[in-house]
Amino acid sequence: MNKYLESARVMLGGDPRKPEPVEYTEEAKTIHFYKKNEKLDFEALKLEAREHQKKHVWLKRRWITLLAINLLFTVSFWLDIQILEGALTASRLLGFHLIDLNSALQVMLAHKHIIVNLLIGTGTVFVLWLLLGGRTFCSWVCPYHFLAENAERLHVYLVEKKKITDHAFHRGVRTVFWVLFALMALITGYTVFEAISPTGIVSRALIYGPGLALGWVLLLLLFEVFYSRRAWCRYVCPIGLTYGITGVFSPLHVTYKLANCHHEGECRKVCEVPHVLDCIVKGRAPAAQLDIGADCTRCGMCIDVCPSGALSFEIKGLRKLM
Amino acid sequence: MNTEKPKPSNPLINKRKLEARRRFLRSIVLGTAILGISTVGYIPVARAWKQRMRPPGALEEADFLSSCIKCGQCVQVCPVQAIKLDDLDQGFGVGVPYIDSRSQACAFSCDAVQCILACPTGSLAYDKPGFLPTRGEMVMANPPILLAKEKDPEPTLNLKERTGLAVLVRPENCLARQGKGIKGAARGAAFEGTMRFMEVDRWKPIPLRDHPYDLELCDLCVRTCPIKGAISLETVVEKGVSIKTPVVHEPCVGCGVCEMVCPPETAAIVVEARKGWSV
Repeated sequence: MNKYLESARVMLGGDPRKPEPVEYTEEAKTIHFYKKNEKLDFEALKLEAREHQKKHVWLKRRWITLLAINLLFTVSFWLDIQILEGALTASRLLGFHLIDLNSALQVMLAHKHIIVNLLIGTGTVFVLWLLLGGRTFCSWVCPYHFLAENAERLHVYLVEKKKITDHAFHRGVRTVFWVLFALMALITGYTVFEAISPTGIVSRALIYGPGLALGWVLLLLLFEVFYSRRAWCRYVCPIGLTYGITGVFSPLHVTYKLANCHHEGECRKVCEVPHVLDCIVKGRAPAAQLDIGADCTRCGMCIDVCPSGALSFEIKGLRKLM
Repeated sequence: MNTEKPKPSNPLINKRKLEARRRFLRSIVLGTAILGISTVGYIPVARAWKQRMRPPGALEEADFLSSCIKCGQCVQVCPVQAIKLDDLDQGFGVGVPYIDSRSQACAFSCDAVQCILACPTGSLAYDKPGFLPTRGEMVMANPPILLAKEKDPEPTLNLKERTGLAVLVRPENCLARQGKGIKGAARGAAFEGTMRFMEVDRWKPIPLRDHPYDLELCDLCVRTCPIKGAISLETVVEKGVSIKTPVVHEPCVGCGVCEMVCPPETAAIVVEARKGWSV
């Protein structure tokens, strides 16, 4: 239970902390003890990691999935094949209602009345993302994530070339936004977040054609390229936090094996939410195997970059069954 | 975004603390900026006094705005593409559906108002929950009879309230009142609006321009009205002259077909959104 509370605390904006001495398992203590005497060539390890990343195994799988889902919306409407109707905020898959959790929450708070279809759609999506890992939605479905992660490459390149510097914000500000947008919906009776949500705007633009609202999305991307890395997803988006909360108890997550880790830290550099990978810092992991926290988007970038197999996807309980 | 640089008066202040403070200040600026921008989203609420034509079955404007999830499923099921989604510059809510009757009216070519069926949140509803406000003048006295399915066992449309009301706002433009007829396409060869004509194909709406007329006296609003008994051409005596004029009756649901087909450059008859029936 403690593990889940800690994962939620970090997701809401708390800084990851070094575990107390009593929290370490005997096994972890032993591994850390032997690692102390390891002499590793970090530069060589970094190159090895970057070489390993070039295969982009999970990146390819993820982009194919993301584009397929979003294009399915588009062709369902354009070709009138009615497989996935609607937009990401709410849709029907072969007639079965699916409703985005954050949009549903906003509508419920604003309208204060819930009809059966809304309940069915929300319940289905809740169970789906509870099983699939909550923020998995962000990196595997959200079309803005796709745009933002490409903008991020440009940002990282510019930072490397020393053309710009990155400006971090306090992560807790996302929690504040979540509460404020919920309160605004409740008090004013209008789902104001939807007006500025790039997820909804991009999704609708892909299906119903582009509009001026895309200008706002472009501004966000420019802000992320030139000022602050992945600012919207990291510091603002309440959709991400809603899915994050949904996925706290999810069985699907990235798992970390301490014994395999070389602690060269490349995984944290590619991660959208590096605070969830605090355990890879030498001496931090309190157990030999750990689940990565709820804020993780399960994008698999860290797995792609890890040359030693310390990070991998895992479905809890599946290994025991097998 | 250049927040004040803390003066390093105390040399013991370490870099990390400085960065944390800058980060905190930046976060406050970010918070204010995003919240400030998001208030732009309230423009549609502020402008709700100016009614906009919503799809059939829409709740009252304030409830409609609060419950619409902006998914566009109503757009997808409409056979004549009458429903469109609003954009940023319109100031009526990004992604919220509306109908511009003059360019494409809801012609009930679907027979069953599927947009209501498609709505996942009840923004469009066959039956409004009891606690939501209902204006008496919006309630239909009888279920509206759709002329296209008048001979079906169930000839009515499942609509309890009207979406608006047709009003002859510019009688001076009305061809019938001028005693004029109409020859050719109702709105010219370039007009792209579509509707279904029972005598052509019940299930396939066709462009209005492909359905020309040749009439001695224009009665298009009466002729194309999909609802039974909603509008008729009456003889009235004005300034001692006997003329024909369209008269709207209580069964009008406010679909907007009359506005779409009205031949003059500026329509003589328009549907006033959310307007109720008053004697």
